[in-house]
Amino acid sequence: MTTNVENVAPAALDQERLAALADRLVEGGGEVRNLRRLSGGASQETWAFDIEAQGRRSSMILRRAPGGTFQHETAAGLETEAAVIRSVAAHDVRTPPLCYVLDPEDGLGRGFFTRHVDGETIARKILRDDQFLDVRPRLTGEFGSILARIHGVPIADLPSLRAGEPADALDLMRRGVEELTGPRPVFALAIRWLEDRLPNPAPTCLVHGDFRLGNLIIGPDHVRAVLDWELCHLGDPMEDLAWLCATPWRFGQVDRPVAGLGQREELFAGYEAAGGTVDRARMRWWEVHSALRWGVNCASMVAVFRDGIDRSVERAMIARRASENEIDLLRLIYLGD
Amino acid sequence: MQDEPTAIEILASATAFLREEILPKLAGNDAFQLRVTANALDLVRRELMVPQSDKDGENAALAVLLGQEGSTEDLIRALAAGIADRTIDPARPEVEACLWAMTEAKLDVDQPGYAGLTRARALRGSDN
Repeated sequence: MTTNVENVAPAALDQERLAALADRLVEGGGEVRNLRRLSGGASQETWAFDIEAQGRRSSMILRRAPGGTFQHETAAGLETEAAVIRSVAAHDVRTPPLCYVLDPEDGLGRGFFTRHVDGETIARKILRDDQFLDVRPRLTGEFGSILARIHGVPIADLPSLRAGEPADALDLMRRGVEELTGPRPVFALAIRWLEDRLPNPAPTCLVHGDFRLGNLIIGPDHVRAVLDWELCHLGDPMEDLAWLCATPWRFGQVDRPVAGLGQREELFAGYEAAGGTVDRARMRWWEVHSALRWGVNCASMVAVFRDGIDRSVERAMIARRASENEIDLLRLIYLGD
Repeated sequence: MQDEPTAIEILASATAFLREEILPKLAGNDAFQLRVTANALDLVRRELMVPQSDKDGENAALAVLLGQEGSTEDLIRALAAGIADRTIDPARPEVEACLWAMTEAKLDVDQPGYAGLTRARALRGSDN
């Protein structure tokens, strides 16, 4: 289950220790300038900065555990995430080029550095701005082909990852629903639906786990990088295709199931053209799972809000969005939509 | 009983003040958080506006479905437990109708403009 809770106050980043790493990040090193914390990705810290030397500027990104150390239970771990990025990059999946993985001796906590990649991550801009007019019709097919390449990465080339087969995913959801305080008959319905249709374990592959707008850098020409490998695991390839079609990731363009951009069949065509195999029944199962996954995530914010971890109005309002996922579940289960 | 204006009217006025007078003076994260806050006050106002007859209707529908009386929360808990332990079949039309009605009532307060709700209503248009 994903969570956006930030359990640790944003820690400062020690600039002197960062400066000491400059020559490991860029050949010849340079001065660290313009260090800033980027918003978004609240379960990990993201910092941006430049390294400047002799009029040359290299833009860098540091992804770090909140406060340097906190890690959520389903997260792969930053060192593992870095190893996955290195592996998939070798198999024709665009990611931000990896520069350096933090060592405990660096004194900056856990995390890794990549080059900054130019482009847009904000869904509403990608869905509406004129500069993406040409690329928009191509993106759905491109998502399919990128996912096929991710799913085709040989497991032998990957670090050891958590197993996330359908049965594991269902267990995680059962636990999530049990921990909620309020009564949730629609979630109970979804659990039962998922139990009755539990697929056999699929041929296992690398699953990104959070492949959607927001985690993709899009240029006016194509997808430039796949970000946020934090939830990657080994499991059923259909999980990624279904998550990309979850209603919240359509950003209001509800009639375009794939990321608010295209139709499922276009995604499937791109996926199969790049060597993937689509299983529509499993896809359906994971679509219901995806709606439940996001619903449980929203509903679990009630406790986060009440227990004082985050008393913000924003957190309370996220908790009240669980009803959106319930209507999505009813649509999926009763109307097959 | 309180005097007029009503709590609903006062809340609407307070929300309008935040949106029209304060929001234009803010930028960045403060503006974002104020917009979220105004939206939250709208949600509270919609919740206060739900007529007692709707709440009584929901309780009565659940009581008929489950064949027992109780607070709405207890009845919903019993419905959830019955679906989970398979003593209540969610394929029964009256169970399905009840789940739709309860969820739509929540969304009418939480997020009445939610695209997934609009789509559900359009798809179910013929049987409503």
